[in-house]
Amino acid sequence: MADYEIPGDLRFSREDEWVRDDGEQFLVGISDYAQQQLGDIVFVELPEVGTSLARGDSFGVIESVKAVSELYAPISGKLVAINGDLEERPEIVNENCYVDGWLIAIGDVDPSEIEMLLDADAYRRYVADRDE
Amino acid sequence: MASLKRTPAHIAHVRRGARMVEFAGFEMPVQYTSIREEHTAVREAAGLFDVSHMGQIGFDGPTAIETADRLLTRPVASLRPGGIRYGLLCNEQGGVVDDVTFFRLAETALFMVVNASNVEKVYRWAVRNSAADAGVRNTSEETAMFALQGPASVAVMQAVSSGPAAEMRRYQFDRLEVAGCDALVSRTGYTGSDGFEIFTGAGDGERVFETLLDSGAAHGLVPAGLGARDTLRLEAALPLYGHELDETTSPLEAGLDRFVKLEGRDFIGADAIRRRRDEGHDRALAGFVLDGRGVARADYPVAVDGETVGVVTSGGPSPTLGRSIGLAYVPPSLAIAGNRFDVMIRGRATPATVVETPFVQVGTARPNERTGPERRPRATD
Repeated sequence: MADYEIPGDLRFSREDEWVRDDGEQFLVGISDYAQQQLGDIVFVELPEVGTSLARGDSFGVIESVKAVSELYAPISGKLVAINGDLEERPEIVNENCYVDGWLIAIGDVDPSEIEMLLDADAYRRYVADRDE
Repeated sequence: MASLKRTPAHIAHVRRGARMVEFAGFEMPVQYTSIREEHTAVREAAGLFDVSHMGQIGFDGPTAIETADRLLTRPVASLRPGGIRYGLLCNEQGGVVDDVTFFRLAETALFMVVNASNVEKVYRWAVRNSAADAGVRNTSEETAMFALQGPASVAVMQAVSSGPAAEMRRYQFDRLEVAGCDALVSRTGYTGSDGFEIFTGAGDGERVFETLLDSGAAHGLVPAGLGARDTLRLEAALPLYGHELDETTSPLEAGLDRFVKLEGRDFIGADAIRRRRDEGHDRALAGFVLDGRGVARADYPVAVDGETVGVVTSGGPSPTLGRSIGLAYVPPSLAIAGNRFDVMIRGRATPATVVETPFVQVGTARPNERTGPERRPRATD
């Protein structure tokens, strides 16, 4: 299995997004596994701030050189911020997917939905199962 | 991917950590490190591609040359041994069966390189359309093929081969020893950069591939996958069969006029190509650059004032230009540099401007360079 960084303090969706509790809001991005699978990211399309998201909704797309991939909301809530740096430099998702390469911030989150996400150990197994 | 075919250099790809994907029934490396890095290496130093999935079909017999002359959109009889000619194979309706390169081996022998996805189809078509004693043979499985591309290709080739590679002219080939193995080496490629293509026996494939990479590392050579191959050929505006070319498309619609010699010739499809030209084509291939953000991709509609008028055939980011580029079939009146249209990206109109192609003009300094119709790199697969 290839080497993937999976921080222990994050929660993960089965669509390979991570969620970080940032106090007032929850930050969302894609995992190291996802960015490695996609390869060179060249474009990220995100919705307007204020958009309401339901868990599982497609909220945008992320494009690598070769392919277009949908982004799915790992939790429900209201979009309170997007990472504006990605417009000019989408490659920061490749460079640092867990910090500088965050995608969106979600507020008004139901804490029970966080509990439904995978923890780091479960996500590591989930990645390993697909990455023989 | 157990049911897929593997190339002779397969183990080398795995060893070097390639991501393997299915392509045309083969398990092929799409990238080793990053498409962008491999693309840049080819433009600035050199990249080595395993293109053993491509097919080779030989003709060896008294009627080999007259047969080839009837199959290709350009004359083959005038090609001297050691010469190469790119052209199209067309059906009776003037649509493209495949785009190929013919290599003249000897007085009555030649072979053509065909697209991986078309090998079986082209072989059957060639057999059906050959004169008796043309000696048609599909040698694809016996052959390994590599593309060494980029400005450092000459230095790499000089280091591993027996002959003076630097003196080889574009669209010529020679028999050399490469990494101690018998090889046929041509000054051709599908990237828009200078370089060579190397044909060896399948049994020598892995050794040639590995030796080239080991010897070339000092010159900046890296292994490069199908991902970079596609972005490179798109920057060079080279057509890809199944995208810009198919059995309904006339080569003239695809802008390949200089590879179609109609005067005084009687190749398969010539009459239909003439008739379609005289009736007037209703579409032409246009190169475009996206003015806005986003990425244009194959099959996205092209629109003017909200009305669909065409379709993107290939599109993607240009690592060299840092912009999104593409090719599209549009009405001929629109396919003129400076004109504008919209590419519909997920339902949203994104403005684009028609530009001259190739998108990227790459210097290919070499001695005795011929200009004119042969200046365009081979365009297969």
